Amino acid sequence: MSLLLGSRFSLAAAGALRAAGSSAAAALTQLHCPSGAGVAGGGTAPSAARSKSSSSGAGEFGCEDAAETMEIPGGRIPVTRALRFAGGPSEPDSPKMPCYRVLDPAGRLLPGAEQPHPPSGPELVALYEAMARLQVMDTIFYEAQRQGRFSFYMTCAGEEAAIVGSAAGLDPQDQVFSQYREHGVLLWRGFSFDDFANQCYGNELEPGKGRQMPIHYGSTRLAYHTVSSPLATQLPHAVGTAYALKLRRSPNVGVAYFGEGASSEGDCHAALNFAAVLGAPCLFICRNNGYAISTPSYEQYRGDGVASRGPPLGVPSIRVDGGDAVAVVNATRAARALAVREGCPVLIEAMCYRSGHHSTSDDSSRYRTREEMAEFRARDPAVRLRQHLDAAGLWDAARDAELRRAARVQAVAALDAAARVPKAPLSSAFEDVYKEAPWHIREQRDAALAFARAHPHVVPQGVPLR
Amino acid sequence: MLPFAALASLRGIAARGGLRAASAASALGAPAASAWAAPRRAVGTSAPAAAAASAPEHQQSAEEPRLPQRGEARKLNLCSAVNEALHVALEADDSACVFGEDVAFGGVFRATVGLQERFGAERVFNTPLSEQGIVGFGIGLAAAGGTAIAEIQFADYIFPAFDQLVNEAAKMRYRSGGLFSCSGLTVRAPCGAVGHGGHYHSQSPESYFAAVPGLKVVMPSSPAEAKGLLLACIREPDPCVFFEPKMLYRTAVEDVPAGDYTIPLGVARTLSEGSDVTLVGWGAQVLVLAQAAKAAAALPRPISCEVIDLRTLMPWDAKAVAASVSKTGRLIVSHEAPLTGHFGAEITARIAERCFARLEAPPLRICGADTPFPLVYEPLYLPGVERVLEAIKASAEY
Repeated sequence: MSLLLGSRFSLAAAGALRAAGSSAAAALTQLHCPSGAGVAGGGTAPSAARSKSSSSGAGEFGCEDAAETMEIPGGRIPVTRALRFAGGPSEPDSPKMPCYRVLDPAGRLLPGAEQPHPPSGPELVALYEAMARLQVMDTIFYEAQRQGRFSFYMTCAGEEAAIVGSAAGLDPQDQVFSQYREHGVLLWRGFSFDDFANQCYGNELEPGKGRQMPIHYGSTRLAYHTVSSPLATQLPHAVGTAYALKLRRSPNVGVAYFGEGASSEGDCHAALNFAAVLGAPCLFICRNNGYAISTPSYEQYRGDGVASRGPPLGVPSIRVDGGDAVAVVNATRAARALAVREGCPVLIEAMCYRSGHHSTSDDSSRYRTREEMAEFRARDPAVRLRQHLDAAGLWDAARDAELRRAARVQAVAALDAAARVPKAPLSSAFEDVYKEAPWHIREQRDAALAFARAHPHVVPQGVPLR
Repeated sequence: MLPFAALASLRGIAARGGLRAASAASALGAPAASAWAAPRRAVGTSAPAAAAASAPEHQQSAEEPRLPQRGEARKLNLCSAVNEALHVALEADDSACVFGEDVAFGGVFRATVGLQERFGAERVFNTPLSEQGIVGFGIGLAAAGGTAIAEIQFADYIFPAFDQLVNEAAKMRYRSGGLFSCSGLTVRAPCGAVGHGGHYHSQSPESYFAAVPGLKVVMPSSPAEAKGLLLACIREPDPCVFFEPKMLYRTAVEDVPAGDYTIPLGVARTLSEGSDVTLVGWGAQVLVLAQAAKAAAALPRPISCEVIDLRTLMPWDAKAVAASVSKTGRLIVSHEAPLTGHFGAEITARIAERCFARLEAPPLRICGADTPFPLVYEPLYLPGVERVLEAIKASAEY
């Protein structure tokens, strides 16, 4: 079954097999006679980056005589007479997966850097403008939170290129399941500062009607599934959606964003494995920003980051410089094309640095040095792209100043406007639990309203009593 | 007391089966002879007599389901009724998928037999062995507008998916203000005791899920009920967890209407009317209550019991239970799950509030013990007919 849906078999081929009236038998035959690359019947891409000698899996694991093999359900594996463990502390020098890069840290094109999907000049300008506006919004909204205007905020400083760059590499209707720090995807797709501000204030214009904490954005129009706080739960969702899109022959893919901390959750492994086995066209975009709140990535995993886990699971994977917007755009477009063409998932690990605190509830100077922060903050991804644009004559200081000034005015105005919008009425807190409120929720709504009318001082400010 | 004896002997049959997977399936492979006179008659009272010849409807507003005519029905066990419901659901809805561990070859209980052959490997397929993956995948499929029918092989193994159900499926509509939902998600899970399951093949975890706002929780008590309720869950515009009492997979056999029909969620059914004590249960326990009611009626000083099958735990039909207790003045709730903090507590508390002035005796809960499910002590752990009968007498004599 898995092979029928897997990357090496098109849906049309599966249909043909069924038309032959022997789907079960055919599937069984295929299951036990895999063709092509995967020695154990599972791999879709040879792990070239980890292979020490040749492209044959046998050499990697020290098997001198590749002709000597052993049959297992689903294929054959090589036999070796050497007793050797693969990986672990005894192999400290095992090769690291390289990081794809197009622009050097000063924004200059690296000679020979592959660009299968180079962004055009106007696209590069749009990319920079979105990153700059994102930075301005983050700064203003962060300050607003510090002033006590709303309860919580998260910035994405240091990860702008990974977030906006990947958004620019997607189709606008690709279904995005984000973690929580990817509001740049929404900005790229057309979410306005007003939309962001309404959500942070939890007012009645916000679709979620103030039920969730700030930064839990969502938009059906922009194919951005509403954020939930638990980590990695969104990953299998993206796989299920990708599978549904493939079933209905949609040209779109599912997209799951997550951090390297979330990669430790069971849902992450389940999602990657499901996507590979079921042939779901799903992009897994990991922002490896070095920290899960205070826990550094070297205390999160012992292996070579996140991307290295893809190939053994049958997921084509790439590591990309998350500070290089041009590399991220190219990698995302290539990954998307691969996912659609092969009907398979693709994993992208964008290497970033979380330049800001985890959230407004965090003070990261308690667990990392100011020197480290200053050094990484200097590698501003927006500045890197701007240097590239400046050199190409696509941008200049005057335009930059004007863009940021206008963005500041808009962000402040959006916050002021959102602050004046009333909250949703008290009764709305009892809606949307189910499609139709059952009797017990209607009873509780009526009781809450009666109590609130008798004790108006307990009603949160700005909440209409109806 | 034929039904009681028959139940005991059926439990004996089940006990000879293997623990899990294919051995359990083959041991229970042949449908058992019907030993289920009382519930079968009760099902008849609840619907087909009033059956309209009209086309099946997906959503019915009537209190009682309108099932197709009796002539179209055929005898099925509960497992086959579930299988038929899945066939109907996949036939009616191109976006519907059935998936889970081992479902492709028909499932370890054979509930998905024939589906892959009929509907193809794109729509009926095995998944890797990960409950959180299965439910998370189903949520995503449903969020994209698909109909996701996920199987968790045993309810005992649903807990890795607890986070996905509690934090994701249940809250998706609420947290997005209705922008997104996974209304097309139904999670099926075989549950309950079968005589030899021990800790991890016996549990009845329904109350954990009934306590989660946003989920609907259903447990059928007979084959015809199972088919209609499962189809209702699949079409319900909210995520549903559908617990299938695996004791009944082979032992419960009755006429199941052919074709497409649903039984509305949130509406209890009264199996038998009575005037002295109200007995409330769901799933396989309904059979025990029906037998206890018969035994109570046969006592030297007969006690008349009203038996209510709750069918849906969330939202549950408090109106029906309160109406009955207002008449009888006495309430006994019985379930296989442990006593403390499970759904019997909710029912007795709510009814105590609503019917306080009408109560003639304290509401009682006759349930499993507050221990893990103990293998060799199962006959005593389970709230069997004699324990329920003792409670009926105690309530009546209070």
